[in-house]
Amino acid sequence: MTPTLQLFLVVSAALFSIGLLAALSRRHAIFILIGIEMMLAAANLNFVAFWRFSPQPQPPIGVMVAIFSIAIAAAEAAVGLALVIAIYRHYRTTNVDQLDQLQG
Amino acid sequence: MSWIVTNLWLIPAAPLAASLIILSLANSRRSIAGALAIIGQIAALALSILAFLPTLQAPGYRSVDNFTWFTFGEQTLRIGWMIDPLAAAMLLMITLVSLCIFIFSIGYMAGDKNFNRFFAYLSFFSAAMLGVVIANSLLLLFICWELVGLASYLLIGFWINRPNAAAAAKKAFVTTRIGDLGFFLGILWLYGGSGTLLFYDGGNGCLENAGLLALGVSATFVALLIFCGAVGKSGQFPLHVWLPDAMEGPTPVSALIHAATMVAAGVFLVARVYPLFSFGAIDGVTPSLIVVVSIGTITALMASLIALGQFDIKRILAYSTVSQLGLMMVSLGVGGVAAGMMHLIAHGFFKALLFLGAGSIIHGCHQEQDIRKMGGLRSLMPISFLTYAIGMMTLSGVPFFFSGGWTKEEILHATAHWHVSHIPHYLMLAGVVLTALYMTRQIIYIFFGNRRAASENAHESPPVMTLPLIVLAICSIALSVLLTPAWPWLHSYLTGEPAHFDIALLIQPMLFVSLALVGAGIGLGFVMYGKAGQEDRHRTAETDPLEHAQPALFHFLENKMWLDEIYDRTVVAWSRMAARISDWMDRHFWDGLVRGFAGLGQLFGIFSANFDERAINAGVDETMTGTRRLSRVMSAWHSGQIQTYLGIIAIGMLALLILYAWLA
Repeated sequence: MTPTLQLFLVVSAALFSIGLLAALSRRHAIFILIGIEMMLAAANLNFVAFWRFSPQPQPPIGVMVAIFSIAIAAAEAAVGLALVIAIYRHYRTTNVDQLDQLQG
Repeated sequence: MSWIVTNLWLIPAAPLAASLIILSLANSRRSIAGALAIIGQIAALALSILAFLPTLQAPGYRSVDNFTWFTFGEQTLRIGWMIDPLAAAMLLMITLVSLCIFIFSIGYMAGDKNFNRFFAYLSFFSAAMLGVVIANSLLLLFICWELVGLASYLLIGFWINRPNAAAAAKKAFVTTRIGDLGFFLGILWLYGGSGTLLFYDGGNGCLENAGLLALGVSATFVALLIFCGAVGKSGQFPLHVWLPDAMEGPTPVSALIHAATMVAAGVFLVARVYPLFSFGAIDGVTPSLIVVVSIGTITALMASLIALGQFDIKRILAYSTVSQLGLMMVSLGVGGVAAGMMHLIAHGFFKALLFLGAGSIIHGCHQEQDIRKMGGLRSLMPISFLTYAIGMMTLSGVPFFFSGGWTKEEILHATAHWHVSHIPHYLMLAGVVLTALYMTRQIIYIFFGNRRAASENAHESPPVMTLPLIVLAICSIALSVLLTPAWPWLHSYLTGEPAHFDIALLIQPMLFVSLALVGAGIGLGFVMYGKAGQEDRHRTAETDPLEHAQPALFHFLENKMWLDEIYDRTVVAWSRMAARISDWMDRHFWDGLVRGFAGLGQLFGIFSANFDERAINAGVDETMTGTRRLSRVMSAWHSGQIQTYLGIIAIGMLALLILYAWLA
């Protein structure tokens, strides 16, 4: 079937939801990071989809943004990983359920 | 106008200043106190003589000095001083008699601890009395009148640790107060009726024609109300009960206040406001004057009867004073104003003489006052005897040499010509006999017969005491020169008519009548009481001859006709009952009301406290509990779980998206 914009958006939404689900329900910190990456990927997909189905010819703005977003996601993943390592070094656990010192 | 007339206030000011200065002295400085008091009196005497001289210029001289005291709203209150023959004669008598009494007191009160206070009070009294005499405003007169009453209270109760003296002072003050109530009402009525309280004001005074006409018929009632004051102050019939008790004070006080001056103030008042009494007179008679005559007659007769039953020197003299004042009132009532005033002036001298003589005797007999315990003092105290005898003869009314005789004769003359009735005349004739009788009785008991208990160690008084006696005795005799009908100088001075010297006037029928009556009185006295003193030395006198003859009558007289007891059962009892009722009301009714209000306040307080406690505090507590619960809930939300936070962020973002989509 011809790929319409809606199909891409649905896929992107599904990808976002799965990522959100992962971020919200997994106990391991790395898995939460994976979820966040998936959400970012879903957003990238959205950008590219909207570019592809906008009236052509068009400067490749959507693609550019997606590439930037991937770069930022990478940086952010690095920072996230650094955070996890720092947490592990201190608390000796990656189970986010046990990181509740800020409660009150 | 000579200087003194515009500065009449200096006359009372001198003794007043002396009094104030003495009050500031320490108790030890006696000689200064005595000297100051006497200097004050001498100053007053000198000024009085100065004030007297202008009044000789013309008959009916009157000089007035009015000034404004204060203004209220649109009205002003004016008071003033005045001098006329009446006032001048009174001034001279008062200052001269006071001076003699002051000198006497230096000797009499020498042993007393409160010497200074005595002279301060005496000077104060003197100032107030002089103020009464020269006042031109009824209000000013009333003020000085009340001050005189105050001084009398202070002096009667001078010996403050004697309960009898304190009771007597209280009785005097309250009784005269009753009279003063009538007086004050009279003043109010007079002010309302005539619009002024000045006596003489260039035609507008309340005693002058315009004022009297404005009063109209009410002049009689005003006069009667003012007469109430005179009744109280001069010890006339219903209100005489304080005078005999006032003898609890020192003898100079009795001499000055209750013989010569203060009690004379009542008679002076009647003479002063005489135009009110005589307004609208038909043949010289008005209803108010008839009342005056009646009360005077009753008083004169009643008092002389009671005097026959008394054994205390001073009481006999006190009742004698009451009787003589009654006589003066009778004289004023029948129209003999000049005669009454002349008797007043003469009475001042000889009554003071008699009281000072009594003081000398009491002093000589070492504070003994009962005549039954004295006797035969004639040889032991010759000067006192001689002066006392002179006083007694003057009082009895022996004519020719003694002033009292002439003045009494004038009064009898006036009563004989009263058109309403001759009863006062005959009763006053009886009074003359009685006066001679009781005085003779007193003299026999004290000076004749054998010496009894107190006369044993009696001695004559020192010269400081006997000199004033001699002076007063001389005055009593000398005054007769001014009083003889042959040359009625004082009479004409007071009435404003010229005087002629006419020796023929000496021989009058009334003269023989009075001579006969006085002789009868003295003779009867000697007959009845002549043997009264003939007892041996160690017993008090046997029963009084009258008591022997008429025991019931004597008992009645000795107990002052039971008047004090009647008053005690009636007026005093009623006032005590009223006091008890008031006390009950105050303690239970009014106090209960107050306590009720206090209870209401308390109730309100309890209500307020409870409201504060239960409602407000509880409300605040509830809020706090609620807040705490909420905070516990909210803090439970801060679980510290990252994923929870993330989830909420996601839901929130979703909600925003939906909202955005719905709004767009």
